Amino acid sequence: MSKSNRILVGTRKGAFLLTSDDSRKNWKVSDPIYLGHIIHHFVKDPKSDTMIIGAKTGHLGPTVYRSLDDGKTWSEASKPPAFKQIDTGNNLESPEGPKPRSVDSVFWLTPGRIEQNGLWYAGTTPAGLFVSKDEGDTWQSVDGFNENPMYASWTVGGGTPGGIILHSILLNPKDQNHMYIGISVGGIFESKDNGSSWSPLNKGVEIVFSPVEDPEWGHDPHCIAQSQVNPDILYHQNHCGIYRIERPATVWTRIGDNMPKEIGDIGFPMVIHPRDPNCVWVFPMDGTEVWPRTSPGGKPAVYNSTDSGKTWLRQDKGLPGANAFFTVKRQAMDCDSHDDVGLYFGTSQGEVWASIDNGASWNCIVKHLPEIYSIKVG
Amino acid sequence: MQVKIPSPLYSYTKNVNVVEGQGKTVLEVLDNLNVQYPGIKFRMVDEHNKIRPHMKVFLNVDEIKDLNTSVSTTDKIMIVAALSGG
Repeated sequence: MSKSNRILVGTRKGAFLLTSDDSRKNWKVSDPIYLGHIIHHFVKDPKSDTMIIGAKTGHLGPTVYRSLDDGKTWSEASKPPAFKQIDTGNNLESPEGPKPRSVDSVFWLTPGRIEQNGLWYAGTTPAGLFVSKDEGDTWQSVDGFNENPMYASWTVGGGTPGGIILHSILLNPKDQNHMYIGISVGGIFESKDNGSSWSPLNKGVEIVFSPVEDPEWGHDPHCIAQSQVNPDILYHQNHCGIYRIERPATVWTRIGDNMPKEIGDIGFPMVIHPRDPNCVWVFPMDGTEVWPRTSPGGKPAVYNSTDSGKTWLRQDKGLPGANAFFTVKRQAMDCDSHDDVGLYFGTSQGEVWASIDNGASWNCIVKHLPEIYSIKVG
Repeated sequence: MQVKIPSPLYSYTKNVNVVEGQGKTVLEVLDNLNVQYPGIKFRMVDEHNKIRPHMKVFLNVDEIKDLNTSVSTTDKIMIVAALSGG
């Protein structure tokens, strides 16, 4: 989260920068960056001028592009994330039998903590965790996860239509050894030794697609968010509801049960207020029957809770009142850190919507971009 | 030997569509191209030296799947980005 008046947009057909003056009302769209590339995540390191893009095309394999001068010039990583060339035994199931893993997309990017200059983490499909210590130029496997003896079990639940995704890499700002990751499908995992070993953290989370009752893993977290002012507080939007936990507790509480029943608590993104760990926003979607993944009833709305999920307020002023079937992906919603928090989300229709009053009212600030995959303030 | 490059890889070859590669197998030729044009190989071939799903490699007129196929200096390699998308 940043006080910046700039939004980094990743789309199915390239990346864009949206910039505004301090009013956050007049936005300009940059020329496309890597036009035609599938951009799953476009992230700036808040402590430097480094920006990193996870990219691929319909034909070409995955790579990472990086800018060290705030987006003025770009170059390709000399060693993008890749699994080990040797067969480590952690293969993926396929109709033809087990096959070695190869990175299909660089799906998630997280810069290091405030004191960790040059450090970045990447999550991939199929699920892989990689680290760079040189501003994203060369990437190494985090073997504690990728070569973990439990890897095949943790990821055996299959994946999304885009594969098994490793996302939501969350670094505890107060503990250099403590981090979380989410796997769709696999669950939430925690490391207390800087990635050397991992434990599942899924108790209390419903799972409707497993034959095993209350399994330790195999869940489908869509997006996990961690408070930056109190990193013990985490929320997550799951395939099966909205949850909160305050560590050292180990059981998630389903706060989505407090959402209106006609809306439900299914969705993808999860955003926490930059200063108030009790304040969160979600963007519900229709998760009934065949999972349209669109706004319930064709009436888009953000839902906000200021009391840790006990109650929820519908925020739809300015959003279309009917016939608007938005899909907002898990990386496609973010907030800034202004006093009146700015919230931003991007839709599969290529629109960016903004609120500069904590979600109370919304304006469409950009139309006609390609399908939006990620939104990051930075 | 000549290697014909598809347009999605022109950013590596600076818009040159036919380049010279050296090697005794297709894989060695691709490794040689990667020395000349850093990063180009991983966009075509994964970490297990398997041709990516939407890429095709032809040796003269025959599509090949095995990158260990031998080549001679008079052969021509054609790399194709398969038609797909939307």
